Amino acid sequence: MDNPLLNVKHLKKYFPVARGWRKEKTFVRAVDGVDFVIRQGETLGLVGESGCGKTTVGRLILKLIEPSDGKILFEGKDLAHLDKKGIRPLRRAFQIIFQDPFASLNPRMTVSEIVGRPMEIHGLVERSQRDEKVCQLLQSVGLMKAHLSRYPHEFSGGQRQRIGIARALATEPRLIVADEPTSALDVSVQAQILNLMKQLQRELGLTYLFISHNISVIRHISDRVAVMYLGKVVEMAQKKALFQSPVHPYTKALLAAVPSLDPKRKRVEVILEGDVPSPINPPSGCRFHTRCRYVLPKCLEEDPFFHQVEGDRWVACHLYSS
Amino acid sequence: MGTLLRIKNLKTHFFSAGRVIRALDGVSFQIEEGEVFGLVGETGCGKSVTALSILRLIPFPPGKIIGGEIHFKGKDLLHLDEDEMRSIRGKEISMIFQEPMTSLNPVFRIGDQMVEVIVLHQRLDRSRASRKVLEMLQRVHIPDADRVMNQYPHQLSGGMRQRVMIAMELSCHPLLLIADEPTTALDVTIQAQILRIIKEMKNELQTSILLITHDLGVIAEMCDRVAVMYAGSIVEEAGVEEIFESPGHPYTQGLWGAIPRVDQERETLSVIPGMVPDLSQLPPGCKFHPRCPYRFAPCDQSTPPLFQISPGHLASCYLYSKGETDG
Amino acid sequence: MNEAKTMKTTGQTREVWRRLKRNRAAVIGGLIVFLFFFVAILAPVISPYPPNEGDLTKRLKPPCREHPLGTDPLGRDQLSRVIYGARISLQIQVVAVLIALVIGTLLGMVGGYYGGKFDNLIMRLMDILLAFPGIFLAISIIAVLGPGLTNLMLAAGIYSIPQFARIVRGSILSLKEKEFVEAARAVGENDFNILFRYLLPNSMAPMIIQTTLRMATVLLTASGLSFLGLGVQPPTPEWGAMLSTARAYMITAPHVATAPGLAIMLVVMGFNLFGDGLRDSLDPRLRD
Repeated sequence: MDNPLLNVKHLKKYFPVARGWRKEKTFVRAVDGVDFVIRQGETLGLVGESGCGKTTVGRLILKLIEPSDGKILFEGKDLAHLDKKGIRPLRRAFQIIFQDPFASLNPRMTVSEIVGRPMEIHGLVERSQRDEKVCQLLQSVGLMKAHLSRYPHEFSGGQRQRIGIARALATEPRLIVADEPTSALDVSVQAQILNLMKQLQRELGLTYLFISHNISVIRHISDRVAVMYLGKVVEMAQKKALFQSPVHPYTKALLAAVPSLDPKRKRVEVILEGDVPSPINPPSGCRFHTRCRYVLPKCLEEDPFFHQVEGDRWVACHLYSS
Repeated sequence: MGTLLRIKNLKTHFFSAGRVIRALDGVSFQIEEGEVFGLVGETGCGKSVTALSILRLIPFPPGKIIGGEIHFKGKDLLHLDEDEMRSIRGKEISMIFQEPMTSLNPVFRIGDQMVEVIVLHQRLDRSRASRKVLEMLQRVHIPDADRVMNQYPHQLSGGMRQRVMIAMELSCHPLLLIADEPTTALDVTIQAQILRIIKEMKNELQTSILLITHDLGVIAEMCDRVAVMYAGSIVEEAGVEEIFESPGHPYTQGLWGAIPRVDQERETLSVIPGMVPDLSQLPPGCKFHPRCPYRFAPCDQSTPPLFQISPGHLASCYLYSKGETDG
Repeated sequence: MNEAKTMKTTGQTREVWRRLKRNRAAVIGGLIVFLFFFVAILAPVISPYPPNEGDLTKRLKPPCREHPLGTDPLGRDQLSRVIYGARISLQIQVVAVLIALVIGTLLGMVGGYYGGKFDNLIMRLMDILLAFPGIFLAISIIAVLGPGLTNLMLAAGIYSIPQFARIVRGSILSLKEKEFVEAARAVGENDFNILFRYLLPNSMAPMIIQTTLRMATVLLTASGLSFLGLGVQPPTPEWGAMLSTARAYMITAPHVATAPGLAIMLVVMGFNLFGDGLRDSLDPRLRD
């Protein structure tokens, strides 16, 4: 059962920012020590609010940006220290689906080029057979052969997202990072894309890291869920366990804030007060202590360890450290 | 309680490159005093155009209100001149948008902007207006309200800006607040804060609210009555509990089935086949009929009127024409 | 149905066309530019006399039936010389703008994409070039290289490089953050392909606009230099050089200066109007 495809260890990314006249070096601690494992064939949902670093985690895993520290073990091989050239042949195995279906496709390429290029780069297909292969892929994501020679602007948002998925599938990857793939879409189109992603996972045995701020979508698609707050994962568990009995105070507040679709059920009023602190100067100790209702004296000084509390549940909170 | 706003057969069209885009194609609904009325639908269904039409803020060209009535407190807003309209905007009907930055002036301090609005509409002197601003900011739970008054819009977070907008728009005690996707740009925990503030303010000031959103959770949380829009028309209207428990129109049913729910497990989501029609080439008859699983004889012939399913529950669908007299 | 599809395919280009056609100034500019190209290419066919053969008995004749624009101090037909002048101007413009386009684009692309020290170096160099008044810079280059047609084209080209470099760099800087470029890197495209298949094709609009507008500036510079005797040498019928010759007869035979002067003005205006129109229709957001 425990068959990690990807093992992320103490991953960190600090973005330098120059402030003021003297250009004192300060850092945005976008990702500040993240650990998790993604197992073969599962979907790990990564959820959190804007600025928590979830998108940066996705980009780091794909080596689209260089990590400041930590390890990214993909099938046991550490990607973190590979340079541009070293990573290029490995890119075949992990791909990405983007949020904005309008910005993620090259407006000057036809669908056949967009989806065919990845195959060519990795030498997966002869030039003459490219269109045939692309065509098969298009059909598997619900598009048609007639779409081959069209340009992105001729498609609707949902169709563009399908093209993006076809591009990601072109190299027959094992891991797909989906970064808010349905956030720009209407609910009825979102449903189509989510169904498609689930179907492809079943058929091709794909593994997903699904990043989203939408808790309902995360709950629908994930097998396990990791919750991020201010650059750290605060809780990670099987989906059922996490949604039925969240333990970290932030997870609790986050889930309680989602409006229910049942107008009769009044929301449990665990409302989180205030705004998220700045990642340039995060609070000492536990980063959530400024907004936490269960704060202990210890929380102000000591950063809680991310540790296993029961079965498959991991938490970073002093309330649960023995 | 009386009716505050009654819209009858409102039609707003846009004229572009020789095409007529029927953004609103005969919209009717009414909002009672003190009620929160939800308008829900997908991109391009006309919910924002409805809001702008009520305030007569449709840019001309290319847009134009070509027919219908908008009765507000007995007056038809479509017959007022621009001066009369200006005295209604911001004073009797206020509006908050998805992105507050677009309606806050970036070069003025928060306090100065708000004082300006109050002086303009309420004829208070500046020091009393300024006290009022402070009070309003405190009422929307802004910590350090006097400090915020001296700040510029860009110094505030998204949630804070939306609070400022709410305080600003409610400072003149409008009878109707139009909230167009007020929490769409915000995170859920911030959304929860803002929704709570809107609720509190509504209870204190007895303002009616027209809440426009695509988020059904927000609708369920906030509204008394709900109308569902599709391709420029209202297809269903009902009380909030009724519409979530027994949606009548096939489009509403499809939409409900498409949402992943936090409180239920489903392997696959139901999907509405096809795509939203082009508003310049609407299908004849019921606009939903090409995608409708239940379509039958009359659907592609004539536009269904709003049939009553139960008291207060209306749907524009021939499935519910039984019992009604024909014609 | 099929028709609707083909309409959609060409939608972007059609939209640009539609906007361009509605812009009256752009249409006039476009016509002037078209006429200029037409005249330049067909000069040997349409000019009534050889440009360099004069009849000294017919010096400085005012416009008449045989010589619609009169004759110059050497008795050469002014109309024919203006027509042949279009050829020279077009040649200078095309070569100079091409030099600037190729070098400027390459520098801008590399600087914008890689950033860092190299970018800094390139852009400071461009700033230095821009800090000189254009004509002064061109004169300095001629001073080093010596006068003549080739060196004139080189000078006009070199002093146009910074404009292209800046525009392309700006465009690359905003494009390289786009998701489709990230996607290209994620599928393993190398830098060369990202630059030439993803970034460059999407920078075309500002480059086309700049090319058109630069044609006007280069013409002005070239005629200015020739007027000063630093560019094309007589007897070549270059408009600037013609003006220079005509200067001595300003009072006695003003028509000699009028013809090349008007030609320069018209063509410069044509390119400017057309370029501005292109800017408006290629990218409506760029307006103002």
